[in-house]
Amino acid sequence: MPRPRPPRPPRTSDRALITLDLNGERTPVAFAPHKTLLEVLREDLGLTGTKHGCELGECGTCTVLLDDQPVLSCLVLAAACDGRRVRTVEGMGGSRLHPLQETFADLGAAQCGYCTPGFLLAARALLERNPAPTRDQIREALSGNLCRCTGYLKIYEAVELAAARLRGETAEPKPETLYGLR
Amino acid sequence: MACGRERVVGKPQRKVDAVGKVTGRTRFADDLALPRMLYCRLLRSPHAHARILAIDTARAAALDGVRAVLTGAALPLPFGILPVSQDEHALALDRVRFIGDPVAAVAAVSEEIATAALDLIDVTYEPLPAIADPEAAIAPAETPIHDYGDAGNLHKLVSLEFGDVAEALARADHVREDLFFYGGSTHLAMEQHAALADWSPDGKLTLWSSTQTPHYVHRALARVLELPPARIRVIATPNGGGFGGKSDPFGHEIVVAKLAMLTGRPVKITLTREEVFYCHRGRHPTLMWVRTGVTRDGRITGMHFRTLLDGGGYGSYGVASTYYTGALQTVTYQVERYKFEGARAFTNKAPCGPKRGHGTPQPRFALEVQMDKLAEDLGIDPAELRLRHLAPPNSVTANYLRIGSMGLGTCIEKVMAGAGWKARHGRLGPGRGLGLACSSYLSGAGLPIYWNDMPHSGVQLKCDRGGGVTVFCGSTDIGQGSDSILASIVAEVLGVAMGDVSVMTADTDLTPVDLGSYSSRVTLMSGNAALQAAERARAILARHAAHKLTVPAERLVFAAGRVFDAEHPETGMTLAEAVQLAEAEEGTVGTVGSYTPPRSPGRYRGAGVGPSPAYSYSAAIAEVAVDPDTGIVRVPKIWVAHDVGRCINPATVMGQVEGSVYMGLGEALMEDMAYRPNRRLLHKIPSLLEYKSPTTLEMCDVETYLIEDPDPNGPFGAKEVGQGPLLPIPPAVANAVYDALGVRIDEVPITPEKVLKALKDKARGAGRYGPDRFPDITWPAPTVVAPPWEGGDGRAAPSPGASPSPSASERQH
Repeated sequence: MPRPRPPRPPRTSDRALITLDLNGERTPVAFAPHKTLLEVLREDLGLTGTKHGCELGECGTCTVLLDDQPVLSCLVLAAACDGRRVRTVEGMGGSRLHPLQETFADLGAAQCGYCTPGFLLAARALLERNPAPTRDQIREALSGNLCRCTGYLKIYEAVELAAARLRGETAEPKPETLYGLR
Repeated sequence: MACGRERVVGKPQRKVDAVGKVTGRTRFADDLALPRMLYCRLLRSPHAHARILAIDTARAAALDGVRAVLTGAALPLPFGILPVSQDEHALALDRVRFIGDPVAAVAAVSEEIATAALDLIDVTYEPLPAIADPEAAIAPAETPIHDYGDAGNLHKLVSLEFGDVAEALARADHVREDLFFYGGSTHLAMEQHAALADWSPDGKLTLWSSTQTPHYVHRALARVLELPPARIRVIATPNGGGFGGKSDPFGHEIVVAKLAMLTGRPVKITLTREEVFYCHRGRHPTLMWVRTGVTRDGRITGMHFRTLLDGGGYGSYGVASTYYTGALQTVTYQVERYKFEGARAFTNKAPCGPKRGHGTPQPRFALEVQMDKLAEDLGIDPAELRLRHLAPPNSVTANYLRIGSMGLGTCIEKVMAGAGWKARHGRLGPGRGLGLACSSYLSGAGLPIYWNDMPHSGVQLKCDRGGGVTVFCGSTDIGQGSDSILASIVAEVLGVAMGDVSVMTADTDLTPVDLGSYSSRVTLMSGNAALQAAERARAILARHAAHKLTVPAERLVFAAGRVFDAEHPETGMTLAEAVQLAEAEEGTVGTVGSYTPPRSPGRYRGAGVGPSPAYSYSAAIAEVAVDPDTGIVRVPKIWVAHDVGRCINPATVMGQVEGSVYMGLGEALMEDMAYRPNRRLLHKIPSLLEYKSPTTLEMCDVETYLIEDPDPNGPFGAKEVGQGPLLPIPPAVANAVYDALGVRIDEVPITPEKVLKALKDKARGAGRYGPDRFPDITWPAPTVVAPPWEGGDGRAAPSPGASPSPSASERQH
């Protein structure tokens, strides 16, 4: 593991100041200018709902919505987000759950829960642009997010169920989803 | 408890932590912060094998913002998960054994400064020859990787024989000999390991850590830090995935504790993704040689099984892993006589350990592919061959494992029907195929990791006068839903809603010991402990309610938050009123429950690995489509059936089955913990992008059958589900590739390159890819035990030099 040698500690005196439209709230924040959006959300704003799996843009765990587009917040410089609309898992529901959160909870689409916020936001972005996605479109939209627990199947089913409910349909999970085949 | 009358058990329930997880409110270890917290980073070895001649930390310590620099000299005591393998140090003392071995640590006011300080630590190494693979480890070494083990760099040698296998093979109608290799893979939990330590000047240490085994971390901290266990509190944070990768005590947990003690400030570490690959403890790459004799109708008269495990640089669970590669061959199909020889080698790579299925997916792959070959040799359908010779329920195997309920036959029949096996196997045309495989797994190891007579799981239960119930248990929820199992069982027995049960787990100060989330033990063991505690609480409440209602206690029903007369349901009271009555008479209403597994019939040295209170069973059929031009194997669908005994919560059972299929598919097709032998054993791919795991685009459709064959040892009949369904997937895929192409890939992962090589080989006549030799190993004289049907009593036959009774060191698992 040869490592480059920057012997001096990084400078922390300079701070960037930006204002985010964060989950619908005007949110000014000051931070060291090298920080990523992920770091600013977690460390400077205390929004630890956004998780990280690699900080290299490989796993999708840190997905948030930036101007309604899913982005990997570990690859976005926070300084580039001034005035922009950022949505995280903390903004998905209020005192009640968003339909996606309901179905993820009921179907077991969240097991360990670590990748869940990223999946929720990627799925939300999908449903906002396509209220009735096919299974293949869901697969495609979520292909940048890794989950090691579920095998993705309950996630697809949760997205499909939430999509139906968001379209105003009365939809319930299929019995084999929750009980398996016998 | 009769099946079918339950109100909570058997119904799909939202997990008790589900809302926390979908709202981002769940606090994982890296989400924690304390005032004045320092950040820790570790310096890791750039050498696969080297002596440390000197470490100079002066320049790092002088860096502005650095508060402490630590080397191995400050933590000289060794540790390790198994009592027989205390071979790790929190930071290397004088030797590094793989690239990534921790050497020094820095605590600083920011992560950036701590990282910068690592570059200012000067380490002088003397490189040593590195051992790249187990075969190299067999040869005598000038500088062995460790100064202990059974022979040079061979960490462990095992030899067990149950009946005269040579004789059984000699009289078999047909004998096959095959070689297999199962590649190494890693857990790849989405959460990187993290730990936060806090030291209080009154001598109390608190550690929060993403660990599956807080009890063992507690013990390791006490040992290495030389603190009384009573002054250490370990809290396991919700694990963002474990799969076995967080079941060892780790050096970084000890390091942050020591740094907190030195600085008087909280210290946190979060490993980078690259570092998680160095922690590893994943699947042992395993070479296997199997010789099996069968009668004309496929009955296994004798099996001789050899394994050679690539252990990496440290012991970890490896002694247990070695035994496990030979333990469960006997619980699926009847094996009349059985011989096992296993060896684990130290090599200069990241240490291997327990990954989902711990030591059993490798031999299961070999066994199930060989069964497919035997079926073809004998002209018997592979499913039929298995169905004819199932191990019977309520029986004891050749190696003295006691089987209780056994639903494998039903599992096979379900997947056969689902996949249309009879009509489609062998008939899908070129490039498409079906393959079948089965498996079994433990519902918890029958013996603890360190030898003791205490329960494996304990529960305390408190009834509040408001009607709420709190369950305290040391078990650790790693995403599999163990907290919810506790809540379901208590809610069932006391007749309250899941939401009225609070679950407090995995805190060594607050909760009774549970050994941890490994070996698929939690539902059965902590579930039984919770069941006992809840039944005791119910008895107390029933006594007082019966007195007040003047109804016999045995006629009372606990349901819907009430206690009432079964014959006159309107005669009753709320649970809260029952608690108040009991509390007025007896004081605080609290009970305990605990669970100790039944004693295993095996009494020989090595009998400690394999016994379990109950075995789960699975069968799977994989369908593949292989492109003969590229060698790419696609798996459109898998049918899987799992005998879980009884579903406590079918929704979480479904999740475990599907997740196991997914992980098995990854191991079958792509996951590979690869090193570069020509680059001094540098890890080839320590990143989530380069270590290939299935994305949504590779994951197959899964049709899941849940089979319920209740086991009397399980709570409400429940057995395990978290690991077993992974095991049949790799051999099912390999057998399906054979059905599709007529080539045998006797090795996972089944990469396109291997398929193409096998197809090229087929053009020349054979059509196989896999290992072609098993190296010569000097095996010790076997421990000889007569099978039960040959008059054996579970004890080893006396032999010169054999110890008369099982030694404590062999009771690991």
